[in-house]
Amino acid sequence: MGKVFAFHGGIHPPENKHQSTQCPIAIAPLAKVLNVPVQQHIGAPAKVCVNIGDKVLKGQRIADAQGKVSVPIHAPSSGIIKAIAEHPVPHPSGMPALCISIETDGLDEWIEHSGLEDFRTLSKHQLIDYIRDRGIAGMGGAGFPTAVKLHLGDDHIVNTLIINAAECEPYISADDLLMRERASQIVSGIDVLQHLLAPSHIIIGIEDNKPQAIRALEIAIQDCKYNIDVVGVPTKYPSGGEKQLIQLLTNVEVPNGGIPADVGIVCQNVGTVYAIHQAVKHGESLISRVVTVTGDGVAKPQNYQTLIGTPFSLLLEAAGMYTQKTSRLIVGGPMMGFSIDKLDTPVVKTSNCIIAATSTEMPAPEPAQACIRCGLCEQVCPVQLLPQQLHWFAKGQEYQKAQQHNLFDCIECGACSYVCPSNIPLVQYYRHAKTSIREEQQDKRKSDLARERFEAKQDREQRAVDEKAAKRKARAEQAAKAQAEKKAIEKAPVLTPQVQLISLQNALKAANSTVLIAQQKLTDQTAQGNSATLDLCNLQLQKAQKQLEQAQLALDAFESKNETPAVDTKKLKIAAAQANTKLLKAKQALKGAIEKSQPGIELLESTISQLESEAASATTMYLAATQESTTIEKAAVTSEAELAATTPIAPAIKASNDSKDCKKLKIAAAILRAKLKKSQTQLALLGEQPPTQPDYQKLEEEITSLQQKLVTAEQEYQHSVALQPELNSTVPVKPALKSIPEQSAAAIIVDNKKLKTIAAIARTKAKKAQNELDKLIESGQQDSLVAKQLIEDLTRLNEKVLSTQNTYQTAKGPTTNAPEDENEQLQANFAKAQNLYDKASAALIKAQADNSPAVEKMETSIAKLKSRVDSAHNALTASSSNNQE
Amino acid sequence: MSIIIAVSVLLGLAIIFGMILGFSAIKFHVEGNPIVNQIDEILPQTQCGQCGHPGCRPYAESIANGEAINKCPPGGQATIEALANLLDLEVLELDGEHDENPVKTVAYIREDECIGCTKCIQACPVDAILGAAKQMHTVIIDECTGCDLCVAPCPVDCIDMLPLATNITNWKWQAPSAFSDHSHQLIATDKRPAVELES
Repeated sequence: MGKVFAFHGGIHPPENKHQSTQCPIAIAPLAKVLNVPVQQHIGAPAKVCVNIGDKVLKGQRIADAQGKVSVPIHAPSSGIIKAIAEHPVPHPSGMPALCISIETDGLDEWIEHSGLEDFRTLSKHQLIDYIRDRGIAGMGGAGFPTAVKLHLGDDHIVNTLIINAAECEPYISADDLLMRERASQIVSGIDVLQHLLAPSHIIIGIEDNKPQAIRALEIAIQDCKYNIDVVGVPTKYPSGGEKQLIQLLTNVEVPNGGIPADVGIVCQNVGTVYAIHQAVKHGESLISRVVTVTGDGVAKPQNYQTLIGTPFSLLLEAAGMYTQKTSRLIVGGPMMGFSIDKLDTPVVKTSNCIIAATSTEMPAPEPAQACIRCGLCEQVCPVQLLPQQLHWFAKGQEYQKAQQHNLFDCIECGACSYVCPSNIPLVQYYRHAKTSIREEQQDKRKSDLARERFEAKQDREQRAVDEKAAKRKARAEQAAKAQAEKKAIEKAPVLTPQVQLISLQNALKAANSTVLIAQQKLTDQTAQGNSATLDLCNLQLQKAQKQLEQAQLALDAFESKNETPAVDTKKLKIAAAQANTKLLKAKQALKGAIEKSQPGIELLESTISQLESEAASATTMYLAATQESTTIEKAAVTSEAELAATTPIAPAIKASNDSKDCKKLKIAAAILRAKLKKSQTQLALLGEQPPTQPDYQKLEEEITSLQQKLVTAEQEYQHSVALQPELNSTVPVKPALKSIPEQSAAAIIVDNKKLKTIAAIARTKAKKAQNELDKLIESGQQDSLVAKQLIEDLTRLNEKVLSTQNTYQTAKGPTTNAPEDENEQLQANFAKAQNLYDKASAALIKAQADNSPAVEKMETSIAKLKSRVDSAHNALTASSSNNQE
Repeated sequence: MSIIIAVSVLLGLAIIFGMILGFSAIKFHVEGNPIVNQIDEILPQTQCGQCGHPGCRPYAESIANGEAINKCPPGGQATIEALANLLDLEVLELDGEHDENPVKTVAYIREDECIGCTKCIQACPVDAILGAAKQMHTVIIDECTGCDLCVAPCPVDCIDMLPLATNITNWKWQAPSAFSDHSHQLIATDKRPAVELES
């Protein structure tokens, strides 16, 4: 037996343990429904890992540990998961918490399990994890995960292992019975702890009111090889408090705010040690515990080996509860326990006792009265606090002062309340104060977090605004820079040369004017015949001319440097013109001088030759410049052609170019036609008179050549015209920029107009030709060459009219959506064709009456006209029928 | 001569102390007003703006500049007392225009009705609302300060301010009944005859 020390204070309430120690531990009946809370320990609640309807076996894990300070939960019996919902749990608040409800099947079928053959072969960490996986938490009262305590050996030197078997609270006898009946198993559990923590000394602290348990343990430890003692401590409440027991057994005080491991001590409850044995030796998870059912409210107070989750009602029923007599149900001891009002509250890992108390046994607390400052509370406080002071502070909500008086060292043992003559519920005050302080601290943490988050948000928003501003600024700067660069580009190469050019031009003008003045003077002098001043004038003129030359040279040099061909050509033209005018003037002056036969003629001549050369050079320069510009244009054209290969704009441009060509061709054709007409009229005049053979033949030849030319020109023109719509039609097909189709459409419209005008022109020509033919027929010259020609012309023109109209129709087709317009056109065509046909047939009749040889030709042409009329009619009927549809 | 010595000594001392003061003014320069930080620590950081300032810190700054300390309804009387204690001012009653709401509330979004407009997200001073455009939003209850600022911008009025439900984890031991009920503070023996007299 080791030495026993003492702790301050303590009380000696009636023990009331004998009621429940009369019988051995009984097996509690199997409940129909086991409600297993997911949190039965300190730390994070376990995470449910089964679903409703799942079949579970006894010992099967139903909830996993979450985090370090947590343990898993196992099914206490086999059955089906009925619900995972809120259910009343043993808690002072009486509030429900998440429970897994298992509907037991009565088979109590174990999951396959086996203990460790030799736990020493496992590493310490593996062994601790194994214990943790068996769901073992402190069974003394708080339910601290045992594995966490066992890990203390990692970073603390553990000298002493204390097994807490004091069980100081009245009524409770669960540990007592456990030790009496299962001492060897407890020692086996201690063996595991010894292996894990390797303490130099193991003390089993046990109150001396349990002599049977002490004896049983002493017998059990006899075979132990290591330093183990069973120490009986004097019965005094609260010797079972961890720190109090440590002080009792070792005389070491655990420092304020520290843990026993800080002084090299680890404390384990005897019930937990038994659970460790069960886990390691048999592989059984913590699914049952010994619960004392006692109090005057039950007929047969007894300890029960109870499955976790069994409702207290079942235990009380088994013990024979007098429902009438029982006034209160207390879970835990009478000193530190709490009342429950729901009978279906389940047994959890920390439930060591249920007291069914009668009103005489535990009367309602007397009304609290004013503190009389007797100081009894201070005398009994096991932690040496000043309960009276703390009471004042808690009552006055002076929490800071309460904290300064070490409120948090209070173990809420209730000794002070027990001795208080004024029946002040001191512990309740302290508990309230503690939770209020904790709440304040939590609020503070929360407000700090809120501040942090608020500031973070403000920072973020500010950053966003700054970024935006910076971006905007950067954009503005870039734009300004670009603008400046643009301006610089515009200014540097454009403005300065312009200024230079202007200055050079001004110099040139000045030189020019001086030359002119000198020439004027010279002419004046020559006119006056003043030979003395003439030389002077000549000198002046030469000087001025030199200046002019220099200016011109400077200008040329500058212009050659700065390639501005468009401006150049103009200027050169002007310069050339000026030089020419000067030359003319000089020539006139020379003429005047020659007429007056004055001296200085030679000089004038030389100046004229100079001027001539100047003029020549100017004109050549001008020509060269124009050539250059044309080459540039050509280059532009080629570049356009290149563009055409890449972009769809090109065809439109090309088309416009082609239309220019068309115009040219058209003009050429018109000229030819005009010539042809002239020659024809001449021929007609000649034809009226008696024909003089050579003239007539000449004219005829001319006419034929002209006709050929006209034909070729018209063919060319037709070809180019025909090409155009083709090009235009290709344009919209190509994938183009947005504006392209519009452009092409416009081009098509323009083309259509052109075609229309061409057709109209052709028609008028045809009419004229017809008229002429009519006239000729009337005058009886139908067999003359002119008549033949006219007939040929007429047929050709008719063909042309047809072809142009066709092309026009085809071109117009896609653009004209109005069928009525088309219809009108067709009608007009038809009318015209009919008209022509009528006229031709009238002419034919006349010709037949005159027996002219041109009848055959006329007949053929009339047949053609007829066919045209028919086709026009067909087209008209078709379109009208379409419209009606 | 002695006057010159005295003056020069004093001048020299003045220069030395001036340099020390100048150096320490730079070396130990404190950014901002430290009292503002202390006041800010006391304020509840709900950032609700009920004091008329855009957040707790601006109110702390204005308290430091002499504004009344009784304009913080979420802090309640406890905050006023703490501020009075800190600033050595008289304890005032909470400003009349504010109702003291001792019940702490947090925002809950009725998620079926949320249209995902993100307006409440922008309004939340502590980024306690999760969601994206056209997605349902929800409040992170642990981060919500109950400032009420998200209720007004909601176009469909689907945000409720509900008191935090007490559960087993945030349950609090109640103060003993005698704490509020003084009638029990009678001597037990005196009480019985009084009852008998009545009957």
